[in-house]
Amino acid sequence: MFVTSAFAEETAPAATEGDTHSGTGVPAEAHGTFPPFDPATFPSQLLWLAITFGLFYLFLKKVAMPRIGGIIDVRNDRISQDLDQASKLKGEADAAVAAYEQELAEAKKNANSIGQQAADAAKAEAETARKKIEAALDEKLGEAEARISSIKANAMKEVGSIAEDTASAIVEALVGGKASKAEIAAAVKSVAR
Amino acid sequence: MAADKVDPIHQFHIIKLIPINIGGYDLSFTNSALFMVATVVVAAAFLFLTTSSRSLVPGRLQSVSEMAYEFVANMLRDAAGTQGMKFFPLVFSLFMFVLVANLLGLFPYFFTITSHIIVTFGLAILVIGTVIVYGFMKHGLGFLKLFVPKGVPLVMMVLVVPIEVISFVSRPISLSVRLFANMLAGHITLKVFSGFVVSLSALGAVGVAGSILPLAMAVALTALELLVAFLQAYVFAVLTCMYLNDALHPSH
Repeated sequence: MFVTSAFAEETAPAATEGDTHSGTGVPAEAHGTFPPFDPATFPSQLLWLAITFGLFYLFLKKVAMPRIGGIIDVRNDRISQDLDQASKLKGEADAAVAAYEQELAEAKKNANSIGQQAADAAKAEAETARKKIEAALDEKLGEAEARISSIKANAMKEVGSIAEDTASAIVEALVGGKASKAEIAAAVKSVAR
Repeated sequence: MAADKVDPIHQFHIIKLIPINIGGYDLSFTNSALFMVATVVVAAAFLFLTTSSRSLVPGRLQSVSEMAYEFVANMLRDAAGTQGMKFFPLVFSLFMFVLVANLLGLFPYFFTITSHIIVTFGLAILVIGTVIVYGFMKHGLGFLKLFVPKGVPLVMMVLVVPIEVISFVSRPISLSVRLFANMLAGHITLKVFSGFVVSLSALGAVGVAGSILPLAMAVALTALELLVAFLQAYVFAVLTCMYLNDALHPSH
């Protein structure tokens, strides 16, 4: 719309005046002043500036800026929320790891103590069994020793009587008389000593 | 080719599209007004439509809108602190309005509203008016401390206070003239170099060969003007932030 009308303004003098138009470059509508400094245009420009900029300000303030600010706020909230959740989850994971490790340590400790108990029990059982067997062996040993000593005593006693018999027989055969039993016994005793 | 086609000033002419005359004032809907409307519609539609999906993960265009928003927000927060955020809509509107107006002006045959001093002056007066009204509302007469720097000997005040007053008064002028002059000069230069291309190529083969240099210049200048369009919008917004900071914290 503007382009065509401006173009018309541009081409109109060119068509009418053609190349005879001198190079002064000041078309009729310029009023002979530099357009940006032409006070005749000031009221209109100020009015339309006030209207357009005023509407623009209101639109941005009421609609556009709350929307953009809202988008940015929502994003920041979302990011911090996600970060919070991530750190919360990390805390939970850390707690789970700690609990697991504690449980593991406890289990290890339990296993050790159970093993220790079992070993102790086995040891104690073995010890009692050994003691019992030792006691039985000792008893048997004692019995055997007692028997041996009694057999030995008997044997020794018999050795005396055999020696006496032998001595009396020998005395009888050699001397031809009979030695009294008591003498022989005394003699044997003194020899046996 | 008509001579006025090459006239670098022609692009700044105001053309009445719908003549309106109220109380002796010419309030016509002109090409300038049309491009104010276009600027507002383009900027508002861009901000509105690119954010309509409200994606958590933004697309390219939504990113542009968000970047502009956060860019201006950080600018204002750095200059005026969190208290300054109550002026965020104003600063953001100014930035987007000037930026889109400058960028639209770069299209061929389009009118550049920021190349008219009265438009930039109107925006500058809006800024300074906000500073003065808010300054007095917030601090009462304490706002005048703005003109009395701390730690200056009383004798020097005679000199310093007028300087401060002059610097304050010249703010709207420098704010508006900076934007206006940049856009005006840029567009005149562009038009002059493009005009060289047209008039040289009318001279035949030699002229066409000779028009390569101004053509290259016109291309380079277009790139430069793109930068200037953004930079001037940025400068306008930054200075607005700094002036608003004075309204919030008048004592230096």
